[in-house]
Amino acid sequence: MGLLASNRELTADNLVGVRGDRLLFEKLNFKCSNGTVLYLQGANGTGKTTLLRTICGLSKPHAGVIKWCGENINALAEDFHQHVLYIGHLPGIKEDLTALENLQFSLALSGSNVMEDKATAVLKMLGLAHGLNLPTRMLSQGQKRRVALARLWLQDLPLWILDEPFTALDTSATDLLKQKIEAFAHDGGIVVMTTHQEVTLHVPKFEQLRLDA
Amino acid sequence: MHKKLSTFSVLYKILERDIKVAWRRQSDVMAVFFFFIIAASLFPLGSGADPKLLNAMAPSVLWVTALLSCMLSLSRMYASDYADGTLEQMMLSNQPTVLIVLMKILAHWMLSGLPLVFVAPLIGLQFNLSGAQLQILALSLLMGTLALSLIGSIGATLTLGIRGTGVLIAILVLPLYIPVLVFGAGAVNAVSIGVSPNGALSLLGAVLAMALVFAPLASTAALKIALE
Amino acid sequence: MKNLATKSGFNWLKYASPKTFYPLAGKLIPWCAISAATLIAYGLYIGLLVAPTDFQQGEGYRIIFVHVPAAWFSMFLYLLMALYAGMGLVFNAKLSYLMATAIAPTGAMFTLLALVTGSLWGKPMWGAWWVWDARLTSELILLFLYIGYISLQAAIDDKTRADKASAVLALVGAINVPIIFFSVKWWNTLHQGSSISLTKAPAMAAIMLQGMLIMAIGFWLYSIAVILMRVRCEILERDSKTAMFRQD
Repeated sequence: MGLLASNRELTADNLVGVRGDRLLFEKLNFKCSNGTVLYLQGANGTGKTTLLRTICGLSKPHAGVIKWCGENINALAEDFHQHVLYIGHLPGIKEDLTALENLQFSLALSGSNVMEDKATAVLKMLGLAHGLNLPTRMLSQGQKRRVALARLWLQDLPLWILDEPFTALDTSATDLLKQKIEAFAHDGGIVVMTTHQEVTLHVPKFEQLRLDA
Repeated sequence: MHKKLSTFSVLYKILERDIKVAWRRQSDVMAVFFFFIIAASLFPLGSGADPKLLNAMAPSVLWVTALLSCMLSLSRMYASDYADGTLEQMMLSNQPTVLIVLMKILAHWMLSGLPLVFVAPLIGLQFNLSGAQLQILALSLLMGTLALSLIGSIGATLTLGIRGTGVLIAILVLPLYIPVLVFGAGAVNAVSIGVSPNGALSLLGAVLAMALVFAPLASTAALKIALE
Repeated sequence: MKNLATKSGFNWLKYASPKTFYPLAGKLIPWCAISAATLIAYGLYIGLLVAPTDFQQGEGYRIIFVHVPAAWFSMFLYLLMALYAGMGLVFNAKLSYLMATAIAPTGAMFTLLALVTGSLWGKPMWGAWWVWDARLTSELILLFLYIGYISLQAAIDDKTRADKASAVLALVGAINVPIIFFSVKWWNTLHQGSSISLTKAPAMAAIMLQGMLIMAIGFWLYSIAVILMRVRCEILERDSKTAMFRQD
């Protein structure tokens, strides 16, 4: 886990978020260092997703900056992207491809070269053994979600940005994911996430940020 | 622990995936192909089957029909990747977005433009085109359809996620297609009137080169705007 | 503190500039409108009454006093629109986008005017309402480009996205305009059968050039007045919908 050993820091300075014509949040500040899980809270429509998308660089902040290890992420661009694992609302799963093909493609997009047997093993561990070679359109919502989440077990990237990762997961999958997040934080990873589920995480640094406050 | 994939292999995987997805949904690709054949065959029914007239009409008819066929599939170019979130992942890839866009365009061309290059000469026979004309028709379509996919990508990315996309793309893209049409059909026309088609073909090549440089950049800018 | 200072500077560009622009534009509009009306009236007077009858084309040629300046402006405004659009993208300046958006309808109007006057001119000259002359055809395609820009702007609900996306389209169009015009000219020479040209205007007398220039300046002032008016309306409309301008 070489990537996670070094010190990394994600900071936001005076962030202002706007969607369409609406002001979502302003003067938002936070700082996450190794081992932090930052948990964003807020009702629907308070800008959690916008903030997550801003943090990974998909949206530009209306004002303010986000820095990764002291540098503006917009300036870093691809150099920042290679450290981020973002799993958004939309799972990024093509319905005509199989679970394995989808997983391999999303790994390839972020440049990871993962052996097929390793990818298969993770999918099996997540309970997708008999869905491996079916087009994902045959899978349930929760199963598709697991295909998307499988990347978490296969890539070492130091920053995870997870938008409602527990949605549609059953209890066993929720437990697996919880344990994975905890293990990742203990290894020095940084997680920024939202969730509506009641989940207690035992991690080195747990921080909360309310957006509708 | 993991080896990083080279840029080339990432890009190859993107192309491979688009073609794989299309292969599993052949009806989409076939529809464009058949549209071209059916639409082009309608013209003689409207104009009468005078071989001389057909020969004179053929370059414009075949080129305009090819252009419309390529345009039909434009709205699908990025739509499904946009809808299922893959496009976000592409933007967050460690590869430059502009190269990913270029792969998407290349895949679109291989699936909608390239088949026309092979079938157009057959339809050309129905229009009484000579061997020399057919050759230049295929060659001009080979270059021209790639330019169409490139330019079309700009329209497709600008209209991502907007209602009534199909017609809007047509309005945005058709005027931009004009130079490709003029030089492409012009090359075939040149053969018809006994002039060398080289001038038209090199101009078409120049348009293609311009499109290769600018279209991926403009599409990338448009994608970033659409996903913001 | 330094951070705060830069932030307020940033805000000034974003919010205050439409604010200062609004009253300034309000003062300019009447002056531009009045001088535009005067100059256009004077230009028409020269064109219709003062300029001599052309011995080849008779009185019909007088339409060029409208046609030629309108054609100039249709192209000039497209480039100006693309320039503002580009500035909007580079500096992320709201006002630039508003200007680009406001220019489009006026540009389209001049293009249409050039087309209509062109075909009115073509009828007595060539006996047809429409000839596929290179210039008229280019003008027609320019109209299509304007229509594309306006349609895209109208189709996107999110104003910020609409501004940016149509700005990209305007730039793409501006790069394409010379290529399109060249291709049309090339097409025109290839198909010599249809190469009727409206470009063989009568040799220009000094008085004719003067009339056209006066009309052009009149059109220019008219454009400024109408565009500024449109920008003001747009500022008001967006201001009423958003908290953005009010966020002091």
